Amino acid sequence: MSLLTVSNLAKRYRRRGRPFPAVDDVSFEVNPAETLALAGPSGSGKSTIARLVLRLIEPDAGSIEFEGADFLALSGAALRTRRARLQMVFQDPLAAFNPRATVARVLDDPLRIHGLASRTERPRRIAALLERVGLETGLAGRAIHEISGGQRQRVAIARAIATKPSLIVLDEAVSALDVSVRGQILELLLDLQRQERIAYLFISHDLGVIRAVAHRVVILEAGRIAESGDARAVIANPQSAIGKALVAATPRLHGNTAS
Amino acid sequence: MTALLSIRNLSVSYRRDGVEVAALKDISLDLEAGERLAIIGESGSGKSTLALAVASLLAGGARIGGSIEWSASQLQTSRSFAPPSVLPDISPTRGEIGSSLVGIPSATSTFGESENGSSISPQVGEMSGRTEGGAVERQPLDNRGGAPLLGRDIGFVFQDPSSSLDPVMPVGKQIAEVARTHLRLDWPNAYAKTRTLLERVRLPEATLHAYPHQLSGGQKQRVAIAAAIAAAPRLLIADEATSALDTIVQAEIVALIGQLVAEDGMTLLFISHDIALAATLAKRIAVLRHGQLVELGETSQIINAPRHAYARALLDAHLGLDAGPLLDRQGASA
Amino acid sequence: MNRLHRFFRTPEAIAGALILALLVAMALAASLLFPGDPQAIAGPALLPPFQDWSLPLGTDRLGRDVLAELFHGARTSLAVGLAAAAAALLIGTVVGTLAGFAGGLIDEVLMRITDAFQTVPGFLLALAFVSIVGPSLGVVVVAIALSAWTGPARVARAEVLSIRERDYVAGARVIGMHPIAIAFREVLPNALPPVLALSSVIVAAAILTEAALSFLGLGDPNRVTWGGMIAEGRTVLRTAPYLSIVPGIALVLTVLGVYLAGEGVVESSAVRRSLS
Repeated sequence: MSLLTVSNLAKRYRRRGRPFPAVDDVSFEVNPAETLALAGPSGSGKSTIARLVLRLIEPDAGSIEFEGADFLALSGAALRTRRARLQMVFQDPLAAFNPRATVARVLDDPLRIHGLASRTERPRRIAALLERVGLETGLAGRAIHEISGGQRQRVAIARAIATKPSLIVLDEAVSALDVSVRGQILELLLDLQRQERIAYLFISHDLGVIRAVAHRVVILEAGRIAESGDARAVIANPQSAIGKALVAATPRLHGNTAS
Repeated sequence: MTALLSIRNLSVSYRRDGVEVAALKDISLDLEAGERLAIIGESGSGKSTLALAVASLLAGGARIGGSIEWSASQLQTSRSFAPPSVLPDISPTRGEIGSSLVGIPSATSTFGESENGSSISPQVGEMSGRTEGGAVERQPLDNRGGAPLLGRDIGFVFQDPSSSLDPVMPVGKQIAEVARTHLRLDWPNAYAKTRTLLERVRLPEATLHAYPHQLSGGQKQRVAIAAAIAAAPRLLIADEATSALDTIVQAEIVALIGQLVAEDGMTLLFISHDIALAATLAKRIAVLRHGQLVELGETSQIINAPRHAYARALLDAHLGLDAGPLLDRQGASA
Repeated sequence: MNRLHRFFRTPEAIAGALILALLVAMALAASLLFPGDPQAIAGPALLPPFQDWSLPLGTDRLGRDVLAELFHGARTSLAVGLAAAAAALLIGTVVGTLAGFAGGLIDEVLMRITDAFQTVPGFLLALAFVSIVGPSLGVVVVAIALSAWTGPARVARAEVLSIRERDYVAGARVIGMHPIAIAFREVLPNALPPVLALSSVIVAAAILTEAALSFLGLGDPNRVTWGGMIAEGRTVLRTAPYLSIVPGIALVLTVLGVYLAGEGVVESSAVRRSLS
């Protein structure tokens, strides 16, 4: 049984007075412990889908079923409780945290809100979370703006796994990182997936990264699904025009060097 | 080959909260006329500082040591189309240039350990595409004995076109300003030049009257490139010029830059964090790390046989369409 | 520590801080140095300054000690200025945050109320309020706050509108934080700096409004105020101009001090922002 089922999702914005479909009749499923990648050029609707799935914005049409229940029917306290199971990591880890926050506060919030640990127990849980994502526990007292970009993204992952979610939406979560850091973060994500059986909705414009970590891929263009399938197979042999264009545009180290 | 510019022992440091932070340490490299050199490195490697130093765009307060020497002859050719009256008084004849090293001022900026950013960057206001007014600033500049001038001798394309373009000026006028200022054209001729430039960066003529917010990121970057090459500079610097764009637009912009550079015989300094992208465009690659030049070589040599461990690590970290997968597909449930 | 250091970098900030420190010292020392009623008769009427060293600034029409009045007036000016500004900032920030964060109908209603307050000249509003309710220190504070909260409300709303679109607000929603907690824990603290930058202007305006109300006889009659002193001196302006000039100078210096210190705070926090 699938973990997340998105059916006929649609969202329109008004752009210069005219309705403009950001997401148009999109359906897909994510299975437990699976990574589904959403790929596409900017404006293809990948980030809008992420925000719809997380109920940060409301769809105009369609349904979202999460863990066997109608996710769109939830509201208020019931929605906030269910959010524990569906987490997100943003692209820019600096913008994703309150600029005044410390690492400890960022990790304390989810534990406190969902009542996962008593006040006295929380520092120990925070230390455990930091260790889980490969950070020193001494980092807890530091301000978010004092630590490096890679450390910040690890803290963001720690915050996302604090509530033991079954699905994490990763919205360009490694795009802003240096390549050497990017590899480590991807390894961490894969390790978490193996250990905790977390599924990922992995949003990226980078087919190289998608090919390295995703099981399946959905390629979007102008809010619609252009093609989908096994990530390696689709990237090796894209059928849609946009899929071909994305593959052709991905820089290659070999065979394509300047003459 | 003749070097367009020679960087010798360049060091740059900034003061931040009373602490001296070194951004570049003892960099020496030559940029050959007409070559395409990529500077790659991760954040904090100093690659952007190097680009800014070459363009004399470093913020005041930066401590600069070493020298950046420009070849006067190479700069001169770029201005040969300008009316003779605007050539510097001391302009040497062609014959002299060939043999010159002594006597002829080959525009050198030698920086002692002086903390004075402004003395080496008097034309900071003259950024391509952002010139204001013009006439007032234009007057003294041609008498500077051949020092390279941003906008005229150097075109600079920044990472974020939304902040490098003036939001309240039609983009056509922003390009025409550059042509008017540096080529001394009147407005009608500057606009005629602008139409040609828009065609060269493959934008429709209607773009002339568009404002930046009406254009997509890729279109804005094309406008920024048109403004950068408006005065037919000898050197084009692209500082992470495609990082804010998606893969497809990035490939288009990189192809465009490659074509324009080839057509005009420009020298290209391509700054990027992406080694694969740099490899598609550059003939030589310089790898920077923590402000130091760790490796410099032909693109094929760097890609196939890097000498430095860090260059190898960068290559290994690259996730291309031919890289080995990180994912253990045993556990796949799809 | 670092921040304090930055604050004291500009001479303007130092001058402002010195003036304010002097003012606070005057207000605190008033009842120590001049323990009696400042409105009691202390000597001959209309004694010019620097004649009698027991009454250094002379006496007014009724023979009251001008220096004692000046000290006790500093108390009133500071108390009213700070209390009114604090009230205005509090009302304004809460209204602005709610309007900006809630949006929709709540935003419309709150902002139309703000408009209504803003279309009436602030001083007239304060004047009308005090004349209806009757002059007392508390009423004057409320009257001034009523005329001054709209500025902070508008700034807070604009700031909140931009902050609520940031990723960290979305992040707080994703972890299941309650909207009220998001508004007051995540949004409000980050919306405050530009609102607080207004505080020096508001304190200065409040001190001036208080003086103007007192000048018109609408201040608390049981307290000495600088505005009231100027009004007193007005009747003998030709023969004893010092009676108006002395509190006038005190008023000008106070407002100047508040402005300069406020600028210093804004400058030092601006530096901090650009660094981060």
